[in-house]
Amino acid sequence: MRALALALLLALAPAAAWADPPLIHSERSLYRQVFVYGDGDTRCLCFTRECKIGRQSCIFVKQPDRLMFEYTQMMLGALLLDPDPHSILIIGLGGGTLPRTLGKLLPSADIDVVEIDPAVVRVAEQYFDYRPDAHQHVFEEDGRAFVRRMLRTDQRYPLIMLDAYDNQYIPEHLLTREFLEQVKSLLAPNGIVAANTFSSSRLYQNESVTYRAVFGAFYNLKSANRVILASNAPLPSVTQARRNADRYDAAFTALGFRPNSILSLFDTGIDWDPKARVLTDQYSPANLLNSTDRQ
Amino acid sequence: MYRASLYLIAGWSGFFVMGLELLGGRLLAPFFGSSIYVWGAIIAMFMLALSLGYLAGGRASLSRPSLRRLALILLVAAASSLPVLLFGDALLERISAWVPDPRFGSLLAAALLFLLPTAVSGMVSPYAVRLLVADATSSGHNAGKLYFVSTFGSAAGTLLTSFYLVLYLEVNQILLCMLAVSVLLSLAAWLVNGSGDP
Repeated sequence: MRALALALLLALAPAAAWADPPLIHSERSLYRQVFVYGDGDTRCLCFTRECKIGRQSCIFVKQPDRLMFEYTQMMLGALLLDPDPHSILIIGLGGGTLPRTLGKLLPSADIDVVEIDPAVVRVAEQYFDYRPDAHQHVFEEDGRAFVRRMLRTDQRYPLIMLDAYDNQYIPEHLLTREFLEQVKSLLAPNGIVAANTFSSSRLYQNESVTYRAVFGAFYNLKSANRVILASNAPLPSVTQARRNADRYDAAFTALGFRPNSILSLFDTGIDWDPKARVLTDQYSPANLLNSTDRQ
Repeated sequence: MYRASLYLIAGWSGFFVMGLELLGGRLLAPFFGSSIYVWGAIIAMFMLALSLGYLAGGRASLSRPSLRRLALILLVAAASSLPVLLFGDALLERISAWVPDPRFGSLLAAALLFLLPTAVSGMVSPYAVRLLVADATSSGHNAGKLYFVSTFGSAAGTLLTSFYLVLYLEVNQILLCMLAVSVLLSLAAWLVNGSGDP
């Protein structure tokens, strides 16, 4: 109950409700300082000392299966479009919430996770209960280099999740038309891409037109976060998603949310400037655009 | 006019090198990622190139140094970065297939694309010092001023490129603009030398 109340509070006012609990662990990695904050109830991974807005990943210590962040729930919306992917690629590990949850939901799916920072992998395993089993592999390398490498093999994924961006820093080569085209090529037929992205800055416009240029229409799930669900085939209908939602009703409820709450966010409307500039390998100032207010 | 062109060329050359280095990171990222290895490889290659350039520039200044020859060095530096524009992506595609390791792949790519233009740019500073120095007593002072201008140019090139230029222009457009400035400066310096001003 207490956890539920906390989740509710966080969902309503994520920044205001959060006061940093004690620091449990911190280590300097090749890329950043990694902080783990926590108390008896929650534990969070942060890349900044003040992590009011920079929480990468959080778990409820006593119920690690419950999803604390709405964006993770929205990412699982991908399963409403393809309920049974036999293999999944996740770019960006964080605290390991996505692969851990997907591993429980789909025990026979092969899950490849790419994480650039070895320290993040260590911290996920030691502090966030992330234990990759025989079906899961973690690759410590750059996401784009991995995608390029996999394109030379026969490996194709029915589901690819992009979770490598955070509000402090965006790897700009992972947010360009060329990269998304490579991701699209790495999808199996009727594959789904789920991307955890941005909703508040000027980048929203550029990001939207870039996804649109590569995938055509996509589901734009928006609340405090924004998740894009796209496909390399015509987008599955909401009716179809609703049927799959029935199948996941019990499983998602056990994770702490109802599929219908996600389903109600499925929207294909265009609420951005279609004339915004598409991001390419030649033009990719994602961080500069992200630091400018939305217009 | 003569001294001003020396400082201008040295400052611009510093700008050019750092602009090229930052854009180099952007050009390599699609192929090798932007991990710490890739930046390490790029920075190492630029430093190596500059060190070789300093050596070559000092040596070149021994025989009949002139502003016109300095202008030529600037022009050659610009010309030797043309392959980046003309077949950079094709080359990177090949290298990344051949040496997929982000460390050695990016080291090789940075060597092939940036070693020559950066080394030639490195020749500019010692060569310009030679043209500035009239006597042994003022040589340290002159060298200090020249390094100030050249490194200040580098700082400006880093900041302008990463904060502003990439927000408005494509990578290749920025490169083209930098090449155009190099060509214009070389021409101007060539004319200054010809005007009889010592």
